[in-house]
Amino acid sequence: MAEFKHKHIIALRDLSKEDIELLISTAENMRDINCRDIKKVPTLRGKTVINLFYEASTRTRTSFEIAGKRLSADTVNITTASSSATKGETLADTALNLLAMKPDIIVMRHAVSGAHYFLANKINCSIINAGDGAHEHPSQGLLDMLTMKDRFGRLDGLKVAIVGDITHSRVARSNIQGLTKLGSKVYLAGPPTMMPPGVEKLGDVTVCGTMNEALQDADVVMMLRIQQERQGKTLMPNAREYSRYFGLNPTNIKLAKPNAIVMHPGPINRGVEMSSSMVDGDQSCILKQVENGVAVRMAMLYHVCGGELE
Amino acid sequence: MDLLIKNGRVIDPSQNLDDTLDILVANGLIKEIGKGVTAPVGAETIDAGGSYVVPGLIDMHVHLRDPGLEYKEDIISGTKAAAAGGFTSICCMPNTKPVIDNKAVASYIINKAKAEGFCNVFPVGSITYGLSGDRMSEMGELKESGCVAVSDDGKPVKNSEMMMRALQYAAGIGIMVISHAEEIELVGEGVMNEGFTSTELGLKGIPRVAEDVATARETLLAEYTGTSIHIAHVSTKGAVRIIREAKARGVKVTCETAPHYFTLTDDAVRGYNTNAKMNPPLREIDDVAAIKEGLKDGTIDAIATDHAPHHLDEKDVEFNVAMNGIIGLETSLPLSLKLVEEGVLTLNQLIDKMSCKPSEILGLNRGSLEIGAIADITLIDPNIGWIVEADALCSKSKNSPWLGTQMKGGAAATIVDGKLMYKR
Amino acid sequence: MSGERTVLMDGEGIKRALTRIAHEILERNKGVTDIVLIGIRSGGVFLADGIAQQICVIEGGAVPVGAVDITLYRDDCSGHLPHHPVGKTDIPFSLEAKKVILVDDVLYTGRTIRAAMDALMDFGRPQSIQLAVLIDRGHRELPIRADFVGRNVPTSQKENVEVVFDGSNQPIEVVLEK
Repeated sequence: MAEFKHKHIIALRDLSKEDIELLISTAENMRDINCRDIKKVPTLRGKTVINLFYEASTRTRTSFEIAGKRLSADTVNITTASSSATKGETLADTALNLLAMKPDIIVMRHAVSGAHYFLANKINCSIINAGDGAHEHPSQGLLDMLTMKDRFGRLDGLKVAIVGDITHSRVARSNIQGLTKLGSKVYLAGPPTMMPPGVEKLGDVTVCGTMNEALQDADVVMMLRIQQERQGKTLMPNAREYSRYFGLNPTNIKLAKPNAIVMHPGPINRGVEMSSSMVDGDQSCILKQVENGVAVRMAMLYHVCGGELE
Repeated sequence: MDLLIKNGRVIDPSQNLDDTLDILVANGLIKEIGKGVTAPVGAETIDAGGSYVVPGLIDMHVHLRDPGLEYKEDIISGTKAAAAGGFTSICCMPNTKPVIDNKAVASYIINKAKAEGFCNVFPVGSITYGLSGDRMSEMGELKESGCVAVSDDGKPVKNSEMMMRALQYAAGIGIMVISHAEEIELVGEGVMNEGFTSTELGLKGIPRVAEDVATARETLLAEYTGTSIHIAHVSTKGAVRIIREAKARGVKVTCETAPHYFTLTDDAVRGYNTNAKMNPPLREIDDVAAIKEGLKDGTIDAIATDHAPHHLDEKDVEFNVAMNGIIGLETSLPLSLKLVEEGVLTLNQLIDKMSCKPSEILGLNRGSLEIGAIADITLIDPNIGWIVEADALCSKSKNSPWLGTQMKGGAAATIVDGKLMYKR
Repeated sequence: MSGERTVLMDGEGIKRALTRIAHEILERNKGVTDIVLIGIRSGGVFLADGIAQQICVIEGGAVPVGAVDITLYRDDCSGHLPHHPVGKTDIPFSLEAKKVILVDDVLYTGRTIRAAMDALMDFGRPQSIQLAVLIDRGHRELPIRADFVGRNVPTSQKENVEVVFDGSNQPIEVVLEK
């Protein structure tokens, strides 16, 4: 019987193929709870989950909150505007203060890659990563994989194109780590200024010269969010030119397989990463991703609660 | 008191010496060197059998943090760590608070080190006032007050004209310019070497070319102005190549590297280890090979530590927030001795790079055991095994990537101006 | 559980027991109207299928069969032991005003039945819940009793009773292991 033995979920890199399969399977089986009249099970009754967000996020935070509540956990949200640990209280002090209130799980988003590992060494409750810097966003990776599995019944052998700013994308990293472990083939495209060195060594990953090359015969097309404020002025000229070369539209989607699905972690810049007709079109699985997000996060909360003390 | 060091294997590159000899020290100077030297009445005798006896080691790149940042290190603890690491002289960088850009600060350091320190301290003044990068320090006064070089270490001089004028002006004064060669726009917000590891860890990378571009600029400026320049903490394959080529063209460029650059790669960052975070960052395996090659062929003149103490509160934080730098005074010797074991350097070459060359580059008038020389002497036990433990380090700060690591070799005794300042 | 292994019932015996249970259910409920069968994963689901087949043979009409996974309703989730994999709860029909026959293979402490009843309540308000089990081995820890029992088997708590299924999920025997 598969057992999940991790106390924390910080990165899909740290999980085995079996761990990831178990989380996805649990999410699949929990999903129907969200469709019932009574959308609640008593599983985590009496558990306290703190959502500690050092970066603004409506979607992920709400999704984790709902996930916790549907499992009957008590969820508390703390959103800290300043992500700078140099000002005011340090992350370690904040965490120790929270710990004094005896939470069972801290779900944290933080701007610094690896901040969760730092925290894990300081405190003894479970930690779930809701996004750290440009490192990983495991819940997004898992919900993306669940969405793909829904459509294709498998992940093994799927050709997944990921297009956009790979360098700054924790979504891309978690998907690469998870998908390659489960046998998918990942094709990356983006301006060379947004392609991190050595990324092809992360698994079965191919860096494509053009977007068309990545789209060719793809089963899944995943578009990443472009953030003008993050990409600055030196990584690309502007959104207009970006969308000409790396935007998804009704023409270039034809290169992908006819039954290919289109994904985006959100929030979307319509007309930049993809045209509105793609966002709202038949191939779009974007809302399905959001729906799966709750189930995946329920699975994560459920399994870390049974994780062994390390 | 006179001091007789008997039966040691004396290695002095300045005289091409490598033999079992005795050394007699009197009045802070080397009085006699040879076989069967007898101890004068009242002389203290040290049996150096099994040890190397070498010109006192010189670390030309140390951050003592005093004045202003004494919670990290001060002149007493820093010099104590230096003596324990076998160093008889160290050069301290000017990024103190206030900056070493005036006589008062330079004199404070020199006086405090003389009164309370455990080794010689030679301050390095700043190139620009307050490390501002845009207004030249009074290099003349700095030299007169005892500074042996100028550098804006930690804050590269961005403006090329400023750097060129500084080189010209310093040449006129007769003071060496030490460059922290990094193109800061390319460093950007990077926190580790840009490569596969930074990609996997999701940390912002510092490309190697940031160092290469700046090193090229410095060598070209020195070439154009016909002046000397010393490049600090070389870490990349590219910088080694650029310096090698410049030297071949006759450019008066010298350089140093640090033990971490020939010992560790950016793999050490995995686990978000803030004790592997420094600037320039740890590089990759081919850079380590190039650094070793540079040491071997003489492109790299010296080994310095870039000893950069930071308080636990500044290191026990998220990776991006952690300060740059590691301590190195007490681990430099065993790590460098490994180069001899690996066949990269001969023992003679190693001592040259850790004593003679630094003295020569900065005109310190040390790094020799000739009769009449200042009696700065290091006794090295090449075989002693020890483990780096935080509590046992003399430095106030414990930010070392080698905590818990087994070391082989170390200082057996450190003699400064004829006085025994450290004995294991 | 190494040691003695006694076969309590064989495949034929199980089939006879299920047939009898099917008759009893029909008798007690006066036919199949509003009857639904819900098996508890995993053994109970296969037995529920077996009872449904018998009811179909006797009455000539199909009864709805669903499956409930009780993992998320267990009362031992608070420890730091790896949590059980979650199975699928599959009840593709309303339980509102239905007579639910909850089916499990072995009735022991009653905790599983408690969890299953809590789960069912989250699906609506049944008219009644009746419990059918193949084996009742005693040692109840909660005030729960079965309405339909294949066989009562006195056991000690050190023993283990298991219903064994074949590859096509047909019950082939009930074994007692000491």
